[in-house]
Amino acid sequence: MDNIAIELRGIDKSFGLVHANRNINLKVGKGTIHGIIGENGAGKSTLMSILYGFYQADRGEILVDGKAVSIRDPNAAISVGIGMVHQHFMLVENFTVLENVMLGAEDSQILNKGIAKARQELKRLEKEYALEVNPDAVIEELPVGLQQRVEILKALYRRADILILDEPTGVLTPPEADHLFRILDQLKAQGKTIILITHKLREIMAVTDEVSVMRRGEMVATRTTRETSVEELAELMVGRRVLLRVEKGESKPGDVKLAVKGLTVRDSRGVTMVDDVSLEVRAGEIVGIAGVAGNGQSELLEAIAGIRKAAFGAVLLNGEPVDVRGHADPAELRERGLAHVPEDRHHVGLVLKFEECENAILGYHHDPRFAKGMFLDVDAIRKDAEEKIAKYDIRPPNARLRTANFSGGNQQKVVLAREMEQDPDVLIIGQPTRGVDVGAIEFIHKRIIEMRDQGKAVLLVSVELDEIRSLSDRILVMFSGRVVGERSPEATEGELGLLMAGVEGRKEAAE
Amino acid sequence: MDFLHVLFVLLESTIRVSVPLVFAALAGLFTERAGVFDIGLEGKMLGAAFAAGAAAAVTQSVWVGLVAAVLVSVALSLVHGYASITQRGNQIVSGVAINFIVAGSTVILGEAWFRQGGRTPALAEGARFQTINFPGADAVREIPVLGPVYADLLSGHFLLTYLAFAMVPFSWWILYRTRFGLRLRAVGENPGAVDTAGISVIWLRYRAVICCGILCGFAGAYLSLAMTAGFVKGMTAGKGYIALAALIFAKWRPLNIMFACLLFGFLDALAIRLQGTPLPLIGQVPVQLMQALPYILTVVLLAGFIGKAIPPKAGGVPYVKER
Amino acid sequence: MSTPYAKLPGWVEYGLIPLINLAVAFLVAGLVVLLVGENPLEAAYHLINGAFGRGEYIGFTLYYATTFIFTGLAVAVAFHSGLFNIGGEGQAYVGGIGVALACLWLDQMMPWYVVFPLAIVGSVFFGALWAFLPGWLQARRGSHIVITTIMFNFIASSLMVYLLTRVLKPLGSMAPQTRTFAEGGQLPKLDWLLSIFGLNIGTAPFNISFLLALAAAFAVWVLIWRTRLGYEMRTMGHSPSAARYAGISESRITVVAMMMSGGLAGMMALNPIMGEQFRMQLDFVQGAGFVGIAVALMGRSHPGGIIPAAILFGVLYQGGAEIAFEMPSISRDMIVIIQGLVILFAGALENMFRPAITRVFAARGQRAAALVQTKGA
Repeated sequence: MDNIAIELRGIDKSFGLVHANRNINLKVGKGTIHGIIGENGAGKSTLMSILYGFYQADRGEILVDGKAVSIRDPNAAISVGIGMVHQHFMLVENFTVLENVMLGAEDSQILNKGIAKARQELKRLEKEYALEVNPDAVIEELPVGLQQRVEILKALYRRADILILDEPTGVLTPPEADHLFRILDQLKAQGKTIILITHKLREIMAVTDEVSVMRRGEMVATRTTRETSVEELAELMVGRRVLLRVEKGESKPGDVKLAVKGLTVRDSRGVTMVDDVSLEVRAGEIVGIAGVAGNGQSELLEAIAGIRKAAFGAVLLNGEPVDVRGHADPAELRERGLAHVPEDRHHVGLVLKFEECENAILGYHHDPRFAKGMFLDVDAIRKDAEEKIAKYDIRPPNARLRTANFSGGNQQKVVLAREMEQDPDVLIIGQPTRGVDVGAIEFIHKRIIEMRDQGKAVLLVSVELDEIRSLSDRILVMFSGRVVGERSPEATEGELGLLMAGVEGRKEAAE
Repeated sequence: MDFLHVLFVLLESTIRVSVPLVFAALAGLFTERAGVFDIGLEGKMLGAAFAAGAAAAVTQSVWVGLVAAVLVSVALSLVHGYASITQRGNQIVSGVAINFIVAGSTVILGEAWFRQGGRTPALAEGARFQTINFPGADAVREIPVLGPVYADLLSGHFLLTYLAFAMVPFSWWILYRTRFGLRLRAVGENPGAVDTAGISVIWLRYRAVICCGILCGFAGAYLSLAMTAGFVKGMTAGKGYIALAALIFAKWRPLNIMFACLLFGFLDALAIRLQGTPLPLIGQVPVQLMQALPYILTVVLLAGFIGKAIPPKAGGVPYVKER
Repeated sequence: MSTPYAKLPGWVEYGLIPLINLAVAFLVAGLVVLLVGENPLEAAYHLINGAFGRGEYIGFTLYYATTFIFTGLAVAVAFHSGLFNIGGEGQAYVGGIGVALACLWLDQMMPWYVVFPLAIVGSVFFGALWAFLPGWLQARRGSHIVITTIMFNFIASSLMVYLLTRVLKPLGSMAPQTRTFAEGGQLPKLDWLLSIFGLNIGTAPFNISFLLALAAAFAVWVLIWRTRLGYEMRTMGHSPSAARYAGISESRITVVAMMMSGGLAGMMALNPIMGEQFRMQLDFVQGAGFVGIAVALMGRSHPGGIIPAAILFGVLYQGGAEIAFEMPSISRDMIVIIQGLVILFAGALENMFRPAITRVFAARGQRAAALVQTKGA
């Protein structure tokens, strides 16, 4: 491997007290697909942002084609041939494909000439890489997969030789993801170098030639993909044997506490996100919903929790109907025994500017324990918050501290304490351990099992398949808005993976 | 023919009062399409009008007046830019602040320098704009309909009037047919896309804000160098806000802006004309209703009762690189 | 990390930074004074003397402050819900209708303490009504409150000209104003309050609505930090998505917060109409609605900050009149400049000095932390 496209030497970057990248060394061979894998917060995105000139490294060197380069801004990155496909597309939604591709590379002050040239160039790229897309289509009217294709075209249009893709499959359906991988193979065949950032092991195994593993800001290992295994990579990512099994006894399912019947949810553009989903959760069991992010799990949770309107279908909570198609009021659902730990604690589950004790009553501020008539009972609120802090070992133990100043794990505990201590009948949880440190993960998993053992009905959504498998008593797999299969937690990862990819499910549905 | 005569007088004054609105609304178009909201159009216009009046009075040159107007207005724009782009402050608050600072300063400085109760000295002929008469305008005036159209509506206006209406297609061309315009519209919708394309969001927005300053400068200069001969305190009298209303009413589009400004200008002219005269069928319309009509119409439009006005998506939000 | 700046001690956040911003605003204002060829220090002297030099002056200062407490609270209540109400001017203006109607109806039959409560209700009703529409339009129709409230200021202005020239004007009078109220429409002065401190109120219109303003400030504090509604308002102000999650109705809070804001702005009308002029005149609001923005920004939307900020603007208005009298080249428009500068430096540029201050305190903090660590080891 003497033919190195890009090399990083001793890259170091801190944000305040957070050491995001420590002394990173990396070599990427020309014409290869190099995976970078690591958990959320391992420092992958920071590293790539440095490579693309979004941030400046505190120390270290970047070499492109063996020459040291200084990448001060995206412009410099583009000029040395680096292109990036961002996780959140950097597209102007009400512009056409052509305008988006041109933006920043218009050639001349007046657009006419550039437009003609861009049109021609797009046609060429389309042929060369089989990247068809109508240049006059407006971005907001395109499906996500095509929008991503426009992002790739943008990079190619700028003559990028090195292409960085940041979590590219997070928003794609499995067929779209497959298509993307074929495109990547083709690009590789044309001599392009590709860096693929992901936290999904399967993708790494499927398309990369080499893989580097990041953990807590450090580059811990680089392997040739053919010579490694999912188990080894997983271990490298986490740093110790993954805790795949949580101690738990047999479940003793009781009555149906939550029933969803034929629920269909559409987003603001009218696209069907949840498609005719039916499920039941009984007292004393954990039902896990597995699936690739963006297959309707989030919308399903939100519709059940009364935050999002459903188009069709019904939800029964403790046997009583919930007005999911009209004005389901989250506050009323709480009173009826539904607790909800949302996926996004920063924007939904918490108000980061509030004091901890103020967040400890979010959604329960009408509860007679915290209210005296129209007033809040501040003493009771603080006392209650302190009890929860002690019980959930929230640190620092200060109910008056702004929530923004807590770590991710402790913030999540604030939400969990609030929702679990309400003694709900039904608990719905989205991504319970996203961005949470390992110590807190174990604690959170134990608490969820405890809730089950107390006879609560738990509906769990997570994109971490391990988490679903270790916690659930039954697993439902969602794909493209539908529940495509049910499995026991003993099902193998491969079996579930096929369902999540929509392969098995379609057969099953057809039978 | 009396009705026609009245109509022509009305249309002529419509054009006259629309000019500052067109300039100011186009000024707002440039910043707002770039994602910087600006309720300081009023202040910039007023500052420019004062600078124009003062500089022209001192130098006796209309051109020095015009340049002074543009300079002051651009300087105020840069203050707004510094607050809202560099310091990422609240754009509404910044606009309000500029309106106040200018409203006070023009009076204090005017009084200190000229001592005429907040006015600048009346301008002599060379120090203000003169109307431009087209060849043969007087000769054809007697020809029915077409004559007055040529003589009164097309001919006989100030240079800035023609400039204002020429700015409409020109602004359209800039926004939709040039690289600068493409980037400007992009930065108002998704600054991240612009940043990752290797274009400086900050410099782009500053340029948009400067465009706004130049156009507000013309608007102000028109007030004190063309419409009247000199600056009078508070002479913008809410025109900046009407222009803002017109901008929204026009859904942030150049050609619509012209029509919105003409409509609001017409309402203004009509209000003056109708003072005290009853209308057929409706009876007497209070002049205050006519004055409030542009604002009422804009509220009705914003409420979505006549189409929907969708502002630029990144409008009012300072750009912060995501971590 | 979600907040762009590190946490600073409370006294820096709420004391030092606003003071620095204020100082810069005054420095720039001083430059303007220099520019017109006057001595800024002399102007400052007249300002302070004009505001506090005599009991009468203090009375005027507090009279103006009363007005600004109301409008500052109005802006603050909306701020807490994430709404920017620039319509205080129009809401106060329209609120005057309520005051005038109560006075015109009862002033000759009833004593002030009967008329006053009714006038309060009237001012709140009309002010809230004028804010209800923009609130409702945002909640139901999605039109932006900032723009609508600007428009409503102008609409209010036209409406009031119409009412005062056609409807509320007494027959045969030329002036666009209501008739002068009888004793029932006149609020008692707070001369006794000043005399406790040995001050003589003189002709100053410092009246009982000052106490109402203080009560309103307390009520706003209770509302925002001690009631369920205030909790909901703050939740929505910080995070609309969290509010939705918590089952808080965004449209309900928008409408309710705007009505409270408008009601507070409307109460401002009591002070000039029943406390000073004893009639409703054209343009009696005199920009107080906009001063409210500056007051709320300076006071960090906290009643404890709004009262001193309102008094500061009272000083500016009263002391500014004195400057204008003593130094003819500095007219009262100087106040408008200072007001603009305060809005600029305390509002739009509030973070200008923060990075530097944060650095200073971070350096200190690190040293302290190092000290603790060495001690711990």
